[in-house]
Amino acid sequence: MTNSSLVDFTLYLADSTLVLGQRNGEWCGHGPVLEQDIAITNITLDLIGQARSFYQYAAKLIGNDCTEDRLAYWRNEREFKNGLLCERPNGDWAQTIARQTFFSFYQRELFTQLLNGSDSTLAAIAEKSLKEVRYHCRWSSEWICRLGDGTDESHQRLLNALDNLWPYTGELFIAAQYEKDLKIDTAGMSISWMTALSDLFAEATLPPPSLTSTFMHTGGKTGQHTESLGYLLAEMQYVQRSYPGCEW
Amino acid sequence: MNIPHTDQQERNECYHWLSTIHDPEIPVLSIIDLGIVRKVELLSPRADQGIVSVTITATYTGCPAMDTIATLITMELLGKGYKKVEVVRAISPAWTTDWMSQAGKEKLKTYGIAPPDGRFQRPDDGISCPQCGSHNTRLLSEFGSTACKALLQCNDCAEPFDYFKCH
Repeated sequence: MTNSSLVDFTLYLADSTLVLGQRNGEWCGHGPVLEQDIAITNITLDLIGQARSFYQYAAKLIGNDCTEDRLAYWRNEREFKNGLLCERPNGDWAQTIARQTFFSFYQRELFTQLLNGSDSTLAAIAEKSLKEVRYHCRWSSEWICRLGDGTDESHQRLLNALDNLWPYTGELFIAAQYEKDLKIDTAGMSISWMTALSDLFAEATLPPPSLTSTFMHTGGKTGQHTESLGYLLAEMQYVQRSYPGCEW
Repeated sequence: MNIPHTDQQERNECYHWLSTIHDPEIPVLSIIDLGIVRKVELLSPRADQGIVSVTITATYTGCPAMDTIATLITMELLGKGYKKVEVVRAISPAWTTDWMSQAGKEKLKTYGIAPPDGRFQRPDDGISCPQCGSHNTRLLSEFGSTACKALLQCNDCAEPFDYFKCH
């Protein structure tokens, strides 16, 4: 295991949670009803909390007075390693729910693996985050059932959302070099992820998912992103870039 | 200010002072009630160099109150005569509602928040209403006004209420 692989992997975890958190945060004040506005922003809070833990660890590994803020606000698109799924636009509520479901189910598998992994800091962050991720999985699953097994319109919208986002899920299970170095078992994760999703889709009267049925986009883990990420970062980083070091 | 005779006495005194610091989001609970103070270490007694280290852990990773709580701890102990206060944030072991004191649970209920109930592994219908005690209640949302709470409503007295989730 090289230190740079550990740094890259920790940044991948941090960037993915931060970028999805930032996306979900766009719903603040715009949720379909107050309770769900609060729910999605609570999930955002958890994601950003997780991101902070990962960035703090990455900063410590990098040393040289690196800080979590430096990593979040002063890197460009090509340096961000988040999964492409996390940066996809919110779309309608169905698309946001589909994205959250794919990601929360993935986090559950990944964090369970980190919990038993060799790095004690990542294991500790995973242990704490898993408690939160279980809520997210439950909440997302309930929405998948409500939309999938709801009206014709909600069913159709969810199908559209799944079609839109599905090609961005395969990447999660294709190991980047730094994951290979750290012996992250992406293949094993994909099997249990798929099983859990299949059960959920059956309950929600949706057609079963298949990872082999379509072309999968890749690149996020090594910094090649869709055009959506740049806009997101521009908004998120604007204040720090304009007024370096400002605090409130 | 009386200088205690032993480190143990001085540490107890610190715990007492910390119990006067309240969670900014749920002000009825002290940080001791919540169980987020994990350790108080006297690195040097107050009468000597006066260095104390307090280890705290967040309830949820994104809890926005942690920075405020760390500042409040520092201010409180500096005010009691320490010259240096370190606040250490631990992630592991992960905080659990099992660490909340019985007194804390009673305070929550009196305040109008249903305390964590071990009989419910997840927020669900039937959690006791803090107003009238009825179990004829229903879950409105697993997410409430803070990360640690869910929202329910009582079918008998009709009052909506927060429930502090088991975690």
